[in-house]
Amino acid sequence: MTDTIEKPVVAARRIPGKRLLGLAVLIVALVVVALLSIAVGARSIPLPTVLHILFHRDTSDAAFSVWDLRIPRTLMGLAAGASLGVAGAVMQALTRNPLADPGLLGINSGASAAAALAVSVLGLTDLTAFVWFAFGGAAIAGVLLYLIAGRGGASPVRLALAGTAVAAALTGLTQGLTLLDRQTLDQMRFWTVGSLARADGATLGRVIPFLAVGLVVALLLARPLNALALGEDAGKALGAHLGRTRLLSLLAITVLAGAATAAVGPLMFVGLAVPHMVRAFTGPDQRWVLPCCALAAPTLLLAADVIGRVIAPQEIDVGVVTALLGAPVFIWLVRRSKVARS
Amino acid sequence: MTRGNNTEATTREHRRAAHGPRRSRYTTRSIVVSASVLVAIAVVGVVTLSTGAIYVAPVDVVRTLLGNGSRITDFAVLDLRLPRVLVAILVGGALGMSGAVFQSLSRNPLGSPDVIGFNYGATTGGLLVILLFGGGVLSTAAGALIGGLVTALAVYLLAWQRGVRGTRLVLVGIGVSAVLQAVNFYLIVNAKIADVARATVWITGSLNNVGWEHVWPMAIALALVVPMLLAGARWLNMLEMGDDAAAALGVPVERSRLYLIVAGTAACAIATATAGPIAFVALTAPQLAKRLTRSTGAGLLPAAWMGALVVLAADFAAQRIAGSGTLAVGVATAAIGGVYLGWLLRRTRR
Repeated sequence: MTDTIEKPVVAARRIPGKRLLGLAVLIVALVVVALLSIAVGARSIPLPTVLHILFHRDTSDAAFSVWDLRIPRTLMGLAAGASLGVAGAVMQALTRNPLADPGLLGINSGASAAAALAVSVLGLTDLTAFVWFAFGGAAIAGVLLYLIAGRGGASPVRLALAGTAVAAALTGLTQGLTLLDRQTLDQMRFWTVGSLARADGATLGRVIPFLAVGLVVALLLARPLNALALGEDAGKALGAHLGRTRLLSLLAITVLAGAATAAVGPLMFVGLAVPHMVRAFTGPDQRWVLPCCALAAPTLLLAADVIGRVIAPQEIDVGVVTALLGAPVFIWLVRRSKVARS
Repeated sequence: MTRGNNTEATTREHRRAAHGPRRSRYTTRSIVVSASVLVAIAVVGVVTLSTGAIYVAPVDVVRTLLGNGSRITDFAVLDLRLPRVLVAILVGGALGMSGAVFQSLSRNPLGSPDVIGFNYGATTGGLLVILLFGGGVLSTAAGALIGGLVTALAVYLLAWQRGVRGTRLVLVGIGVSAVLQAVNFYLIVNAKIADVARATVWITGSLNNVGWEHVWPMAIALALVVPMLLAGARWLNMLEMGDDAAAALGVPVERSRLYLIVAGTAACAIATATAGPIAFVALTAPQLAKRLTRSTGAGLLPAAWMGALVVLAADFAAQRIAGSGTLAVGVATAAIGGVYLGWLLRRTRR
């Protein structure tokens, strides 16, 4: 456990220069990747044309590609990435567990199973309707995880195992649904792995309010989460409301993971890897970790999406790419961490 | 948690040693339980053989099995239904054994091949063969076997750090299985739609369209692997006491572990090759058997009988209760297994 809880207070004024540099690098990387995501795609459009279209929208096919396909897709990647990254960071802080991730622990699978259920059984097609099911599914998966793993003191290994079990059962449910419903198999495939390809302006508009609320709540939680990192007693002594912090954190995780999953499907590992990368230069202070995750996670997600678009003749879904990139990070964490040495 | 179990088991072994050489593997209780499970397999098997589009009375089923059936009952029972029942029993038995091996090796009830992803590896191998080479029964099985073994070796090597510990094996397996699931998904999405439907049924685990051509290769493969597993079982019981204790008893720790991983993966991959990755059987069957027999060892045979019963019953439920064969057996076992798993984790909470 010692490597999971560092002392934020000690680290607070140690490396301000490193942090500012890291922040600058993150912002530049995000802008570059976002531009790449708009410039690169199935239809090859020269970069000057892309830039021209960005500032002078016309009725050409190229303009359609850029404005109606790539820009919504990029914005969706930004929004979903930021949500998953922040949800992962909050989850790792809340559970004090370096292996926590909404995808790995089954929260995203819960959202995805509930949404798939709503689509196939109730015939809902409108995202505003089934996003609530996604929230419900995410919340149920969270509660299941809590019940199974045991409150508070669950060890990282136990939580990861319980989460995998929840995820496996719920993914089985989603798979069963897609199998029973051959006709919608094609559309529902997206519920088994994440994809940004379906993103459009309308979907984006519907999930943005939820994601914005979730992000604001999460960012406001930075200070109480710092207190929580010191342990229950020290946190209480510092005047933190532990119960309220836990509840609000769970709410933020549910809203962020649920809405992101409703929009792009269950993505794994984004919330796991990003907080670790970010903490390498910010230290454990959540007031830096959370905003930097909100910048770094979309960078990673969009980069994965761009890689998936260019690497093969047929597009590879972003969920596949993030799994391929994220799993090595997870295995490295497992090998490095003390938690798995028993 | 694992350490707690471990010392507990060790003290129990000591106590037993002090009381004289009592063999834990063949207690009266485990013999009674095994016999009852075998009877249950026979009953469910006969019921499955007698029901369906053509009803055959159980007496006639037995008569047909003994070689005295009419033309109609021969067709319904021997040609249509018997292969499916036999495959269900073989698949369940192989999964149960494989699960018992891995749970014992990782000293963790969650360390079953379906959680640590060996059957995702077998699926990847099988899918590659189906989608790229349009493979038949035998080549798909070979692909699944190779896929499962490669995955097992990869997980073993990635988890290696001056020896392999159970927990790390499980966690690395979770990471590797995520990659394999992604790869499987990619393979399915980019395939032709006709192959996709076939592959999707296969990856959920299904016994539809099983015939005699599936029974023989599987029976031969298991005839090779099962003795290997049973031979390794004595190491398994000693490894359960902890690496140091096992080494003191003269067990070559890492070598026997690798041997058991390879043999256990082979059993799991053979089952996966025939029926697709049927979820949660390898996880639940050994635990159920263990609770019923109340034995401390790995209990490979009781786990095998229990696995056979679970798959047979789940297939019966999926086939007859849900009707029309749309529901694959994998969905039924996943539903049962998910509930059971939650209960298991809650109960073992410390």
